[in-house]
Amino acid sequence: MSEAQGLHTKEFTLNVGPHHPSTHGVCRFVLQMEGEVITSVTPVIGYLHRALEKICENRTYEQIIPITDRFEYCTAMSCNMGFSLATEKLAGLEVPERAEYLRVIMLELNRIASHLIWFGTTSLDLGAITPFLYGFREREDILDMFEMTCGQRLTFNYIRPGGVSKDIPKAFIPVCKKFLDAFSAKVDDYERVLTENPIFIARNKDVGILKPETAIAYSVSGPSLRASGVKYDLRRDDPYSIYDRFDFEIPTRENGDCYDRYIVRIREMRESAKIVRQAIEQIPEGPIRSKVKMNFKPPAGEVYCRVENSRGEMGFYIQSVGEKMPLRVKMRGGSYNQLQVMPVLCVGHKIADLVAIMASMDIIMPDVDR
Amino acid sequence: MEITEIFKYLYEQLAASGLPQVWVDIVALACAGVIVFGFLAVVALFLVWWERKVSAHIQQRFGPMRTGWHGWRQTIADAIKLLQKEDIIPTLADRPVFFWAPVIAFVAAFMAYITIPFGDGLIVADLNIGILFIVAITSFTVISLLMAGWGSNNKYALLGGMRSAAQVVSYEVPMVVAICSIVLFAGSLSMVDIVQSQAMIYQWYLFRLPFGPIAFIIYIIAGTAETNRTPFDLPEAEQELVAGFNIEYSGMKFAMFFLAEFINMFTVSAIGTTLFLGGWQGPFLPSWMWFLGKTLFLVFVLMWFRWTYPRLRVDQLMEFSWKFLLPISFANLILAGLMKYSGWFNW
Repeated sequence: MSEAQGLHTKEFTLNVGPHHPSTHGVCRFVLQMEGEVITSVTPVIGYLHRALEKICENRTYEQIIPITDRFEYCTAMSCNMGFSLATEKLAGLEVPERAEYLRVIMLELNRIASHLIWFGTTSLDLGAITPFLYGFREREDILDMFEMTCGQRLTFNYIRPGGVSKDIPKAFIPVCKKFLDAFSAKVDDYERVLTENPIFIARNKDVGILKPETAIAYSVSGPSLRASGVKYDLRRDDPYSIYDRFDFEIPTRENGDCYDRYIVRIREMRESAKIVRQAIEQIPEGPIRSKVKMNFKPPAGEVYCRVENSRGEMGFYIQSVGEKMPLRVKMRGGSYNQLQVMPVLCVGHKIADLVAIMASMDIIMPDVDR
Repeated sequence: MEITEIFKYLYEQLAASGLPQVWVDIVALACAGVIVFGFLAVVALFLVWWERKVSAHIQQRFGPMRTGWHGWRQTIADAIKLLQKEDIIPTLADRPVFFWAPVIAFVAAFMAYITIPFGDGLIVADLNIGILFIVAITSFTVISLLMAGWGSNNKYALLGGMRSAAQVVSYEVPMVVAICSIVLFAGSLSMVDIVQSQAMIYQWYLFRLPFGPIAFIIYIIAGTAETNRTPFDLPEAEQELVAGFNIEYSGMKFAMFFLAEFINMFTVSAIGTTLFLGGWQGPFLPSWMWFLGKTLFLVFVLMWFRWTYPRLRVDQLMEFSWKFLLPISFANLILAGLMKYSGWFNW
């Protein structure tokens, strides 16, 4: 056996990304591997940095809105919303009642659309290709509704300081109702494909357990936090817009593993559909935007406003010196903190679990890099 | 006129031409080989197209539609494209290993067809160890995957190659044990004998309760794993290993792996048909039609798996084989033995 004693195993470095099928954009991981097991993870970010916050310093407040679309393009509505809220607070703008309802409808539809992307990519990352297309099929309906309203399918430029850019067309409400009626059954379909699937459960149960104290320590927010048993949702705990008028649940789970994150997001889609339905029923007539002066100059000061987006807390910090352009804009995205916690979750798991955990955290790179 | 009669006629013509018998046999075998090769090339192209259509319709898409009727010329176009592509070999690759890997995969995939009966009398060589030969030959695929993984000098490819070696070897065992229970009942390793022992539909081994269905399910699961298809497509797990063992392959070498994969899928289905579904036997239609129909049905089942299930993780895959499939297949073999011994269901 003298030959066998000369053999030894060695750790090796595996570079995953920046272009790799399952890094959701251009994230890069430098992994230390012992065979298939990960011993250390180093995320490398910055491949999608577009200096958007800097660009904002040379734009008027209204010109910044289309730039916020690019911050986190899966939920561009909530980026619009976050920035508009902050600007309104800074400049003291009023928002008409109808505009508030339109905002909520669009935000929640956008949340569903974003969760559908997550649903698709999660199943894709676990090797099931078909649910990906199912998710995108329903997302298509939502994008059609957006297109109907504001002419855009991805970067909406819809929610503006003081209201929204356009009223919904007459055909919108019937189309939306039809979608909502069908959607519940569609989600049932998704669940039938994945939720009870033994392979799916085996891949996700007890994988990447995020303890509540770790989650809080790393400022993880959104569905990933709620899956760890912390019932924290800005729509309920720090209500903005008119979220306090709607009746909806905040789904939580206890274990904080990939499976729980999956369940929370699936249930959140149903809750969002519930909010949209209520908003459609209650929506009043009226103006959609208050009078806002062109190139308005908010008073000097600073403001931080946050909204709950599909990836967690999205905050906008604006510093103004009373000019028509802000002095400084900073955006806080949920994905950044979720990427930060990845090394904690992944060490000791297999490389396949890295993909599953990343998918379940719903990290997208434009949210991290900006 | 039946196909077999045409062959028989041609063979008699050849024999009457005055050549020595050895040469007649060699020429006949070579012709049979060429026919099988041509048939399989067509089958592989057809399966690629079919997989794309099946997946498209499962996913509520159309799939290829532009090239010919429902895109039937698509794979021909793809094959021509792959033939024209530049053949790239990585600088630090182990060149001979890198070169021979796809060849071995391709050859191993085709060799299995020597003993597969496509119809009544439509078999290249009815070896008396038929099924054993197939099991042995298809195992060569592992070597090619391992060679591809090692020769590419790429970490992803290496991980893919190692995974496939572990996977194919461990799924071979329950598969062979499942096949053994059939061989036990048929009393022969010859594929033709196995088919002939299930003349009526109730004699199909699939319907010989209780061991038949169990053996069939084990066989299909292990067969899916053997062909590296979802939920067992770990060697080429796209989302983890990008493309696994064939990450560095392009052009015709990639096409050879690709075609070999589809041929293997057809092999697994063809063996499944022969062992469990009565092979070519069936009423009214010609025998080769029955064989093709049953085989394509099994191919469809494999495609159905692929487009429905997520992928297992590597440790779960091994556990499933060694801790679940293997004990069950052994228990099933013992059950089959007891049944054979006691004479139950000995139709």
